[in-house]
Amino acid sequence: MKKLGFIVNPVAGIGGKVGLKGSDGEATLLKALELGAVPESGKKALVTMNLLKETADQLDIYTYPGEMGADICKAAGLKYTMIGEINSGHTAPEDTIKAARQLRDMELDLILFAGGDGTARNIMDAVGTSIPVLGIPTGCKIHSGVYAVNPRTAGMLMGQYAQGKVRETKEAEVMDIDEDLFRKGTVQARLYGYLQIPNETKMVQNLKSGRGYSESTSIELLSNYIADEWENDTLYVVGTGSTTAAIMKKMGLANTLLGVDLVYNREVLASDCTERQILDIIKDYKKVKIIVTVIGGQGYIFGRGNQQISAEVIRRVGKENIIVAASKNKVLSLFGQPLYVDTGDEEVNKMLTGYIRIIVGYGESVMAKVSD
Amino acid sequence: MAKVHVRKNFQQARWNEPMIYELSTPGLRGIIPPIVEDEIEESVGDVASGLPDSLKRKSSLDLPEVAQKQILEHYLHLSQETMGANLANDMSEGTCTMKYNPRLCETLVGNPGFADVHPDQDPDTVQGMLKIYYDFEKVVKEVSGLDKFSLQPGGGNHAVYTAASVVRAYHEARGELEQRNEIITTIFSHPCDSACPATAGFKVITIWPDENGMPDYEAIKAAANEHTAAIFMTNPEDIGIYNVHADKIVEVIHGVGGLCFYDQANANAFLGVARAKEAGFDMCHFNVHKTFGTPHGGEGPACGAFGVREHLAKYLPVPTVEFDGSKYYLDYDKPESIGKVREYIGQSAVVLKAYAWSRMMGPQGLKECAEISVLNNNYMLNIMEKIPGVTHAFQGNGIVRQEQIRYSFEKLKEQYDVGSDDMNCRMGDYGIPWFWSSHHPWVIPEPMTIEPCESYTKEDIEQYCKVVELCAKEAAENPELLKNAPYNTGMHRRIKEEELDDPSKWAITWRAYKRKHNIS
Repeated sequence: MKKLGFIVNPVAGIGGKVGLKGSDGEATLLKALELGAVPESGKKALVTMNLLKETADQLDIYTYPGEMGADICKAAGLKYTMIGEINSGHTAPEDTIKAARQLRDMELDLILFAGGDGTARNIMDAVGTSIPVLGIPTGCKIHSGVYAVNPRTAGMLMGQYAQGKVRETKEAEVMDIDEDLFRKGTVQARLYGYLQIPNETKMVQNLKSGRGYSESTSIELLSNYIADEWENDTLYVVGTGSTTAAIMKKMGLANTLLGVDLVYNREVLASDCTERQILDIIKDYKKVKIIVTVIGGQGYIFGRGNQQISAEVIRRVGKENIIVAASKNKVLSLFGQPLYVDTGDEEVNKMLTGYIRIIVGYGESVMAKVSD
Repeated sequence: MAKVHVRKNFQQARWNEPMIYELSTPGLRGIIPPIVEDEIEESVGDVASGLPDSLKRKSSLDLPEVAQKQILEHYLHLSQETMGANLANDMSEGTCTMKYNPRLCETLVGNPGFADVHPDQDPDTVQGMLKIYYDFEKVVKEVSGLDKFSLQPGGGNHAVYTAASVVRAYHEARGELEQRNEIITTIFSHPCDSACPATAGFKVITIWPDENGMPDYEAIKAAANEHTAAIFMTNPEDIGIYNVHADKIVEVIHGVGGLCFYDQANANAFLGVARAKEAGFDMCHFNVHKTFGTPHGGEGPACGAFGVREHLAKYLPVPTVEFDGSKYYLDYDKPESIGKVREYIGQSAVVLKAYAWSRMMGPQGLKECAEISVLNNNYMLNIMEKIPGVTHAFQGNGIVRQEQIRYSFEKLKEQYDVGSDDMNCRMGDYGIPWFWSSHHPWVIPEPMTIEPCESYTKEDIEQYCKVVELCAKEAAENPELLKNAPYNTGMHRRIKEEELDDPSKWAITWRAYKRKHNIS
């Protein structure tokens, strides 16, 4: 028997159909409602919950009242235990956070939540990586890697989870873009942190990726390789993300998960640097290399979650000194699409296009196409 | 015309057979050897005392203690739970070329004139066997156009490892090994084309396909440089698409000083039609159990015939079989050889069968074998394309398919949650052997790789397609039926697939099993 928590952000995605490109903030929500938007998050979550009927006898479901979960369980004909209270029709991010914390404290096996990138951030703020979670994509923005491909695959995955068929978990990125900037046409995605999700690549990232490799083995091998090949008298600009964090751990160095660190002769010179700090420091070094990973499900290596490594930094370091490392599963999930760069500088974007090697294991790499 | 027959009432034995060790009863004897006669004992003495200490066991032999009748029952039960090329319609194993293995070849290797030969015999006393080696080498030389072969490697992977060793020796001799430490391969090549170079100490760069499913030529150009030792590629790749860039790829690699290895384990697409030599390759190999009609070894005895151009011949394993004009002999005089890769001169029984098969086929027969294979495959594709829910890799790219195709049940998965594993289990209920999905990772979703080689008739192909069609229809009407399959086969559905990846859950020997479960 698995204990499953279930949280729905009922207003997730409400801004999408009325062209608001997101639903964060109360003003946006009111505007969306004014424009005639109808909350659909619950309907999508129902697709997931309907698929859990088959394995209902192996699941113990705990949820919040009304549109935050109970209504959906009821509609799906599932038994559930209700906790907490809400002001129906006026739920806010705080409710998601409160619900997630309460459910985590009940020592459940997994929390299933419905929403978008904003909701994922709330869940992350509430529980971090202390408990496995899985997102049902119902929001406008899905840049985070914590979501199932669609509500249906979320249901299938939960069914398998209930039967004990999904064993391993992995950390996946929580990303979000600044909605105000996005409405003005600028995409600025930030990596906010990580959640722990079931490791089932074909369901979580991309149906096309099929059966993959062990995520942890791939990261372990590539980290060993990069650590073994580490060059002295070279300044390393180490980018954001858990893959680069694993490399730093292998080197025995302190690392900023969501920031950029500078390393010289196996010592950290500066942590969590801004673009300006990076530029100031690298000018004093002859040999500089950049290590980055592929961020998010869309395949960006620059311009999403690592804007500190700016066009100017890349220009000075040069394409030949860029090391890209990513797990085999990550590369596999991008099958059929290129890597992307969005440095904000056309010239640098062009310089980066073509082919680049991604290190995926010990002495193993894949040639990937880069597009701007 | 033969009738297309789908076995709707197929029922295989399911014995739930214990391990032979679990059948063991202490003290029970299957065979009790007769006591040695006094006269013999007197003249021979104590044989065991003559053995050197290094050959003497330190503990008693742990063998199962089972009566003869139970042993026979046990293995017959197991055989009834298997499927395979000689029992059923086994075009299922795409990339593996499950040909008919002529019974005649089995009788040849059972002939005492061959079976009783010992590899330590003086070469003068095994001239017939050496002639067969020499003559079969001529066959593979002619088929590939390359100059010299070794029949020593014990299978395909082993031949590819031999190729990686030759690449190493070649660059070492030129003083470039330190610099040339990278080998390029492609994602749809057999995984041994990356695993063997990695084992031989090279870094491996994998090329993904372009939008048409061919190795991305531009990516290969971008990967090739002064560090390139070689490219190792299967051609056509496992998805069976004709590679229009093969000669251009060879040019790129040669242009930067690298060698080109052609993995043609399965050469059924082009036997007698196209050769490694004309495409510019420096090395190639054949799995004789795929291309030359010998049985698949099931990890057992096989032969990966490995060939090279003249300039690499000095690195081949020793000994090679040569002819001095009057007799055949073993040539060990190759100072730059990579050494031996297997005991003696390899699997002679397999070489004999391959030789007999190729002589029975004759030059025209080999060409016909490729022509029928390609025709069969494209005839099958024509039927399969019309089955709802079945697609294939890079469908509609306008490039001809060769001897095999990677199909996909992605649509069935999306619509009914019925994927490759479910189809596999259900097709077994109609007497079809477990099909080959794909090497891992599954790049093509929910894959099925099928190769209807020249051994299969039009009716076999139609039967196979009918079963696929029937199961796809069942998937639409009653997905649960497929998800709970199989019902009629000796095979069980794997309950916990993920445990295959968990070393604490499996054991490959009885000794390892006992260790894991603390059984003394």
